[in-house]
Amino acid sequence: MSTLTTPEPLTKKYITPGVIILAILAFNGIAFVLARLFFGIGAVTNLSDQYPWGLWIGVDVAAGVALAAGGFTSAALGHVMHREDYHAIVRPALLTAMLGYTFVALGVMIDIGRWYYIWHPLLMWNGNSALFEVGICVIIYMTVLYIEFLPIVTERFMGRVQLKGILSILNRPLESLLRTLDRTLSKTMFLFIIAGIVLSTLHQSSLGTLMIIAGPKIHPLWQTPVLPLLFLLSAVAVGFPMVIFESLLASRSFGLKPEMHILSKLGTMVAPLLGIYLAFKLGDMVIRETFVYLLEPTTESVMFILEVALGVVLPLRMFLSRAVVRSPLWLFVASMLVILGVLLNRINNFIVAYTPPYATGGYFPSVGEISVTVGFVALLVLVYRFLVKVFPIISVEQRHTSPVTKYSIRGTAK
Amino acid sequence: METRRDFLRTAVVAAATATLGEVALGAASKIPSPDRRGILCDLTACIGCRSCEAACRKEHGLSSVSSLSELGRSNVPERRRPSPDALTVVNEYKHPNGAGSPTFVKVQCMHCDYPACESACIVGAISKKESGPVLWDTDKCIGCRYCMVACPFQIPSFQYDTALKPDIVKCDFCVHRTEKGGVPACVEICPVEALTYGRRSALIEIARKRIENYPDRYRDHVYGEFEAGGTSYLYLAKTDFKELEFPSLKREPMPGTSESIQHGIFAYFVPPISLYSLLGGLMWINKNRQKAEEETTE
Repeated sequence: MSTLTTPEPLTKKYITPGVIILAILAFNGIAFVLARLFFGIGAVTNLSDQYPWGLWIGVDVAAGVALAAGGFTSAALGHVMHREDYHAIVRPALLTAMLGYTFVALGVMIDIGRWYYIWHPLLMWNGNSALFEVGICVIIYMTVLYIEFLPIVTERFMGRVQLKGILSILNRPLESLLRTLDRTLSKTMFLFIIAGIVLSTLHQSSLGTLMIIAGPKIHPLWQTPVLPLLFLLSAVAVGFPMVIFESLLASRSFGLKPEMHILSKLGTMVAPLLGIYLAFKLGDMVIRETFVYLLEPTTESVMFILEVALGVVLPLRMFLSRAVVRSPLWLFVASMLVILGVLLNRINNFIVAYTPPYATGGYFPSVGEISVTVGFVALLVLVYRFLVKVFPIISVEQRHTSPVTKYSIRGTAK
Repeated sequence: METRRDFLRTAVVAAATATLGEVALGAASKIPSPDRRGILCDLTACIGCRSCEAACRKEHGLSSVSSLSELGRSNVPERRRPSPDALTVVNEYKHPNGAGSPTFVKVQCMHCDYPACESACIVGAISKKESGPVLWDTDKCIGCRYCMVACPFQIPSFQYDTALKPDIVKCDFCVHRTEKGGVPACVEICPVEALTYGRRSALIEIARKRIENYPDRYRDHVYGEFEAGGTSYLYLAKTDFKELEFPSLKREPMPGTSESIQHGIFAYFVPPISLYSLLGGLMWINKNRQKAEEETTE
């Protein structure tokens, strides 16, 4: 390989002032999760019979799934298009997707009334329900993501299993388990990678189908039969900006050099993807003649304009500029705008656009709902930081001259 | 040439409609039994006594919240909705002129012929019974509240204050009574016979006859005959239903669009499998191409 970087466990210390702040936010969120478990959803949220879905479904679930799209878009680029030069981003994107989906599942669990029945969709099927498809695909995809992560585990621990004391009898079986896993997975991994991409396209689009059945409750600016396509296109468009955003954030946080040679190239791919999304979004608007609603000074029209102008058009223009794509700062800003745009789109689709027929008031998330959402994000970052210190995920410039391959590690294992 | 092209075009269109037609049939294809029951609610007869509310509470063991003494015309706030404490409520709508008599509207589950909640439910916990009612199954429900998002009438209610096992609560058409040949509690108690229980097709006939015989008393519209594909509850009124805050719904069943999309994406699993094979092929080609490139550069 010609690249000078390989994934390694990072050695920087775990606790920083930022980490302490994140920990406080995480504990605050967990406190509200406990309150929800002991006193019910009504005690913690502003949800009601009028507004059955709020921040947790709109952001934790819908936006969470979209922002974890970096996993399947980078898998498509790295493995299906087989672009070796992008391999450095595949592992961080995989980890983000894995953690992202894990927290989506947690978000669903605290939002549904009977969280201990979360396994019901596996046995009780309703093929007509878009939510059923989303549920099943997310469950299977999460499993696939964990399987895709396994080779990183075997790479890290193969030949290094050294449990102490009584547990040491487990050393040999564990070692052979890791080896068997490594051997089988290296031969079958392509099956899982392709499955992951197919599952992603399915449930990313079906998330868009969710609100179609709500019919006239959804504002016409968003209610369209092409919603599934718009959801898929926006998820594809946000995948690389998310990877860029995280990569720049991680290199800053761990004091590494930003991998601009990869990120700039990724950046050049964002504009066409955003362009396709914008074309469909505006085309749909023209065909359904919903632009008339933009002239009404309502929350909906303002939010729609914000979503499209700040979240799609502006970053699209930025990604077309060479100067932006080459500058870490501007690349970061442009990526963040795309992320905010998709976040705003999911919030709009699930919360802003939803008007119940017998509304007696509006919905705004409670302190509890916001605390849980923020807490989950903080917890995700903390787990991410922990895992990149344990596993070889982030690529670091090689310092030692003799390359260490996993085969030599195996040979020297005791 | 011309005719052949025409023939081809017709053939393609026919094939497309055939497949799409088949695909579009989901739960919406489940034709409801012609024998199904319904309730005709004549709003011109209702005096707003709310006995139906009381009877319903008693029937479902919900009497805790308000007793009969609280009921009566003086105490009918507007825009009340069914809740875990009341499966049906009666609301008052003042006459537009202010002088005329008000209209009372009984609100409860409409028991749609093609229920959006049934189509939406992630675990199939809600089902339309052959005899008419739309029922909820506590053993399946996970409490996701998608039925509430889907319902065009804003009916299903959720026990937000129950921590461990919250229920979705809505009118159950008193199946425990009707199964034994009885009538729903609200119908039985109504002192002015504003409610009629019976075969839906017969109720529509009765409604049409009333409109025909008393054109001054009724507006020529049986709400629920066609709305959202038809509902088991049917309403007659003097005023426009819009003024009584009945949602204006199209004739198409609510689940139509979403189900055609769902069934289109999964038509015999052809689209996912094709995508899988396409990606597999691409992966193989790209891998080989790279191998070939490496060999030539070496």
